[in-house]
Amino acid sequence: MSDHEYTPKSKFGKWFNDRLPLLSLASHLTDYPTPKNLNYWWTFGGILTFCLITQIVTGLTLAMHYIAHADMAFESVEHIMRDVNYGWLIRYIHANGASMFFLAVYIHIFRSLFYGSYKSPREIIWIIGIIIYLLMMAAAFMGYVLPWGQMSFWGATVITNLFSAIPLVGEGIVTWLWGGYSVDNPTLTRFFTLHYLIPFLILGLVVLHIWALHVPGNNNPVGIDIEKPSKDTVPFHPYIVIKDGFALLMFMIVFAFFVFYAPNILGHADNYIEADPLVTPAHIVPEWYLLPFYAILRSVPDKLLGVVAMLSAILILAALPWLDTSKIRSAVFRPLYKQFYWILVADVLILGYVGAMPAEGLYLLIARVATAYYFLHFLVILPVLGFKEKTLPVPLSITEPVLGGSPNLATARNRESLNN
Amino acid sequence: MKNFFKIFFSIILVFGYSQNSYSAEKVEYLKTDWSFKGLFGKFDRGALQRGYQVYTEVCSSCHSMKYVSYRNLAEKGGPEFTEAQVKAIAASFEVKDGPNADGEMFTRPGKLSDKFVMPYENVKAAQAANGGAYPPDMSVLVKARGGGVDYIYSLLQGYESPPAGFILDDGVYYNKYMYGNKIKMSNQLSDGLVEYADGTNATVEQMSKDVTTFLMWTAEPHLEARHQMGFKAIVYLIILTILVYFSMKRIWSRIETEV
Repeated sequence: MSDHEYTPKSKFGKWFNDRLPLLSLASHLTDYPTPKNLNYWWTFGGILTFCLITQIVTGLTLAMHYIAHADMAFESVEHIMRDVNYGWLIRYIHANGASMFFLAVYIHIFRSLFYGSYKSPREIIWIIGIIIYLLMMAAAFMGYVLPWGQMSFWGATVITNLFSAIPLVGEGIVTWLWGGYSVDNPTLTRFFTLHYLIPFLILGLVVLHIWALHVPGNNNPVGIDIEKPSKDTVPFHPYIVIKDGFALLMFMIVFAFFVFYAPNILGHADNYIEADPLVTPAHIVPEWYLLPFYAILRSVPDKLLGVVAMLSAILILAALPWLDTSKIRSAVFRPLYKQFYWILVADVLILGYVGAMPAEGLYLLIARVATAYYFLHFLVILPVLGFKEKTLPVPLSITEPVLGGSPNLATARNRESLNN
Repeated sequence: MKNFFKIFFSIILVFGYSQNSYSAEKVEYLKTDWSFKGLFGKFDRGALQRGYQVYTEVCSSCHSMKYVSYRNLAEKGGPEFTEAQVKAIAASFEVKDGPNADGEMFTRPGKLSDKFVMPYENVKAAQAANGGAYPPDMSVLVKARGGGVDYIYSLLQGYESPPAGFILDDGVYYNKYMYGNKIKMSNQLSDGLVEYADGTNATVEQMSKDVTTFLMWTAEPHLEARHQMGFKAIVYLIILTILVYFSMKRIWSRIETEV
């Protein structure tokens, strides 16, 4: 893991470090050689760490005042909003923080897709990331249930009911999940327990995610392996720290705007109505970040197959390092993949849009086409593209002008050779 | 870097747009100037006090407000009645308390710490008295409706005679802005229904605006504090971002790479 030997200067430091090499770890983290050409899309890793810590700190504070009981949860949230000192601030940071967390994670995932960061030797980093993403979705879903509003209750009912699609044991599993014969107090208390647990699991996985990253080092926009340390790298501190800090501040401005001036715009009005098992809301919609998968679920007429499609849509990502057969990582040198990449981005946005609409008529048709295309991209286009695509020449290093020295020059040279 | 921000902000815009399109039914709500909107939005103290009057004299006979306490009426950022006024308001309500030392329940005049007294004992009693419909609790009503304040403001003025052929059951009324146009609450407001202490002319429009402002406050009692803190926080963040930007430029100038 460490690239060079580190010896603490002080005697005590040396004594301590020989027994627990924390100082070596700190030295590794500050000196960690990072590609110098990382762009701003690479700052979202740091932003995500900030999001996780923010959610944990605000969440702990909320948990001190929240009451996980079907008869008192809604009231306790109002108590937080009204009577707890700055309770409104903490709750709005937590609620909007979930949205900001997902916004950042989607950018982080799509950055990976563009620059081929999931490819060898970074498959384990990628797969840990997918597990983190799955846990995030579970945590967010259960967190949304806790205020015990109408959307909480009915969202929980719809999602837990999905398990009833499992043949033979489905109904039994649903009853087991609920702790009764409908979503009720036992469901709320176990969701609260799990909602409290999952962020710490995520934290542990984030440590593994970063550890696994520090073995091969960062990918970079050119997508080539680089020597570390070399002219192509800069030490993590201060170069990357200050750049991540700058990006984080920009992100916090957007975050603050939502918290202070539009705290409820990303939520659903129905969740300010206390849960009522006898009244079903007109439209049951999940939070925006789950909408693409909700659209995939509803686009399949069969319940079981719908659930399978939804789960596969996420799990297929774990197989991505092997589905993408191209040897070239960065989309910069893959003219065809680049186009398909943007089509995929549009496809996912369209899925998100139709996920918010009623599943009927034209919306349903669009959802079906978009779902089919989503799987087509990963199962057909990506594997075939690796063999068929004529890629552009890749420079040998970030700084050395071996093949032009920069992606732009490399592209220009490639055009030249095509013209000749 | 330019490219990055272009993409980043268009993604945010797309999300913002898809959120707005949630509310499927598109009715143009009546518009009015809300003093509490915008970066520096504050409540109109007079409107809050008048709105409280409309709530007590009209709405509160059916609608509860169980999360609001009398003491809130004197708090900063609210209607800001004086403490003496609020004590008098609270004392004008009978609150059920107990059991006392003899195990008996008793009634006493309200105190600052009491929650607003509810018009009915429970939901069932409220339904029984209102033809089966439960008049919703008003504490967070504004946030619980897709159209927010504009919706409530419009609804209060949206009573019309139904179009020809529109069938209404007994105890159901036609409202232009209600979902499905059928509402179980009859038109409650009429010009001059309340007599405002400050001499404002109590038109239906005025009362609708006042009571909706009051409902916004009950739903978001810390709105003013939020706006004030938000402005400071964002200005602080922007200044810090600029400083960090120049530090970053300085640090990266040590190597010949553009940030």
